[in-house]
Amino acid sequence: MTHATLSPQRSSLRGATLPKWFAWAVAAGSVVAGLGISAAAGLHSDIQWALIAALLFVFGSYGISAKVEGRRQARDRTATSLVWVAFILAVIPLASLVWETLKRGVKVLDGYFLTHSMGVVADTEPGGGIYHAILGTLQQVGLATLISVPVGVLTAIYLVEYGRGRLAKAVTFFVDVMTGIPSIVAGLFILSLWILILDMGYSGFAGAMALSILMIPVVVRSTEEMLKLVPNELREASLALGVPKWRTILKVVLPTSIGGITTGIMLAIARITGETAPVLLLVWGTNFINSNPFSDPQASLPMYIYLQYANSGGYGAAYDRAWAAALTLIAFIMILNLVARGIARWKAPKTGR
Amino acid sequence: MAKRIDVSGLNAYYGSFLAIEDISMTVEPRSVTAFIGPSGCGKSTFLRTLNRMHEVTPGGRVEGKVLLDDENLYGSGIDPVAVRREVGMVFQRPNPFPTMSVYDNVAAGLRLNGKYKKSELDDIVEKSLKGANLWNEVKDRLNKPGSGLSGGQQQRLCIARAIAVEPNVLLMDEPCSALDPISTLAIEDLIGELKERFTIVIVTHNMQQAARVSDRTAFFNLAAVGQPGKLIEIDDTERIFSNPSVQATEDYISGRFG
Ligand SMILES: Nc1ncnc2c1ncn2[C@@H]1O[C@H](COP(=O)(O)OP(=O)(O)OP(=O)(O)O)[C@@H](O)[C@H]1O
Ligand SMILES: [Mg+2]
Repeated sequence: MTHATLSPQRSSLRGATLPKWFAWAVAAGSVVAGLGISAAAGLHSDIQWALIAALLFVFGSYGISAKVEGRRQARDRTATSLVWVAFILAVIPLASLVWETLKRGVKVLDGYFLTHSMGVVADTEPGGGIYHAILGTLQQVGLATLISVPVGVLTAIYLVEYGRGRLAKAVTFFVDVMTGIPSIVAGLFILSLWILILDMGYSGFAGAMALSILMIPVVVRSTEEMLKLVPNELREASLALGVPKWRTILKVVLPTSIGGITTGIMLAIARITGETAPVLLLVWGTNFINSNPFSDPQASLPMYIYLQYANSGGYGAAYDRAWAAALTLIAFIMILNLVARGIARWKAPKTGR
Repeated sequence: MAKRIDVSGLNAYYGSFLAIEDISMTVEPRSVTAFIGPSGCGKSTFLRTLNRMHEVTPGGRVEGKVLLDDENLYGSGIDPVAVRREVGMVFQRPNPFPTMSVYDNVAAGLRLNGKYKKSELDDIVEKSLKGANLWNEVKDRLNKPGSGLSGGQQQRLCIARAIAVEPNVLLMDEPCSALDPISTLAIEDLIGELKERFTIVIVTHNMQQAARVSDRTAFFNLAAVGQPGKLIEIDDTERIFSNPSVQATEDYISGRFG
C-alpha cells in the first residue's frame, strides 16, 4: 500500500504579496472607472456609478490578487472587500441623513429658537421656537424614564437572580411580547384606559405612560444581558463571606454591571425620545408653554416636527423650523449616547495598577 | 476560634443526580485536612456542603447532618448566611471584586455585613493582609483596584478577605492550582500559620502538597462516571501516604507518584 505523496511545497514561507496600498489603489481606480463608465453611458444616478465602482472593486481586487498572490489570498481579499462595501452601504444613509439635517437645520437654529415658543407666531410667519417642545419632550421622557427604570431594572434582577420556574418563564414571555408592541398600539391602549375609561384629559403624563410601555422591555432586556455577564464566582465569593443575597446583588452584582446597565437605559431613552405616535394620541400638542406634564396638552419635539412640516407645504418658515427641530432632536440623542459611553467607560470594572 | 466538624450520612444532589453518597467524617479543630481523589469524584461538592454553598447551585440539595461543634448546619431554623460567616471559603480561581480596591476587597465581608468604624476597619484590614502574607506587597497600593494584582497576590487577597470576617473554619478548593511554585509555597506556609487559629479543609490534586500541609487526608473515589462519589478512607496523612488501609488509595497515590 502506498501513501499519496504530498506535492512538493515551496521551501519558503514567503509568497508573493501585493503592497499595502493595493486595496486603496484598486478602490480609487474603481471609483474613477465607475464614474467614467456611467458618464459614457449617460447614466445620471449616483447609485449607478457607486454600484459599478463597488462591483469593479470586488472583482478587480479578486482578479489581480488571484494572479499575483494566489487563490487563497484572493478569497481573503474578496471577503475583506465585501465587508468594506457592506460597511459603506450602511454608513452612507446615516451620513447623508446627518448631513442633510445639518444643512437644512442650521438655518434657523439659534439661541432665540431654543428659548422661545410658538405662542404668538402663525405657522407661515418666521420666528418662534421650540422651547415648549423641548420642555415637553424632557418632561415626558423624564417621567417615562422614572417609571421604566425601576420597573425594568427590578424585573431584570428578578429574572436573573431569583427567577426560577413558571413565573420567570411567563415574565420573559411577556417582556418578549412587549418588545414587539407597535408604538401606536401602546398609545391606543393608554388612550382607551386613561382618557376614554378613566376620563382623564390629554397630558404629558399620559404620553409618558405609553412611552414607558415601549421603554420597559428594552430596559429589562439590556439589564438582563448585563447582569448575566457578571461572573457567578463574584456572587459566590460574596455569599461565601456571609453576605445576604440582597446585599450581594446591591453591592457586588449591580456595581459590577452598572456601566452596561446605564448604557442600556440611555439607549432606551434615545429610542423613545423620537416616538411620535403615542404622543400624537395622548399629549396632543400646543403652541404654548405648558410646564405641567400632569394636565393639558403639551408640545414635544417629534410632534412639533410633524406639525410644522405638515403645515408648511414643503417650504417657508415652518419648513425650516421643522428641520431645525429635527436637528435638535438628533443632537439630543447623540449627546445621550455620548453620555452613556462616558458613563460606561467611567464605571467599567478597573484593571491595572 | 476553631470548631470541630462532624459529618454523618451526607448525600448531595444536583437535581436528581446524586453526586456524593453517604459521607461521614470528623474534622478536628486546629488541624489541616486534605481531600484528594480523581476529578469528578465530588470533592468540591462535598466542600461546598460544609458551608451551605451547595444549595446556591440551581437544583442543589443536601441530605444528612453536618455538625459544627454541636449544631447541625442543616437543622431547621439555621440561617445559611450565618453559617457562611462561621465557615469561610477560598475558591480555586482568585475572584476579587473587580469594582473594589485592595482595601475594600478585604473589608468587603465586614462592610457588607454591618457598620464598622474606620479605625477598626483599618486595623482588621492590616491584620488580615499580614495574616495572608500580602501586607508588604500591597501596603502602598491599598486604594488601587484588587484586580490589578498578580494571580498569586489575588489569591492571597481572597484569603485575606476570607479571614477578615474571623470564621471558625476555612475551606479551600484547590487554592494553588492557578499559581506558580513560589506563590504556592507562600500559601502553604500561610496554611501552616492559619491552622493555629482555624480549622482548615483543603482540596488539592497535588499529592506532595497534601503530604506537606495536612495532618489528615481523606481519599474520595467514584466507581464509574455517573456514579456517586464516596469517601474511601480518612486517616492521618502519614499513614495514607505510607500504608493506606484500602488498596484503591494506594493505587491512586502510587499512580500519581509513578
Ligand atoms: N453545577 C453542577 N450541575 C450538575 N452537576 C454538577 C455540577 N457541578 C458538579 N457536578 C457533577 O458532580 C460531580 C462532582 O463534581 P465536583 O465538582 O464536586 O468534582 P471534583 O471532585 O471537585 O472534581 P475536580 O477535581 O475536577 O474539581 C461530577 O460528576 C460533576 O459532573
Ligand atoms: Mg473541584
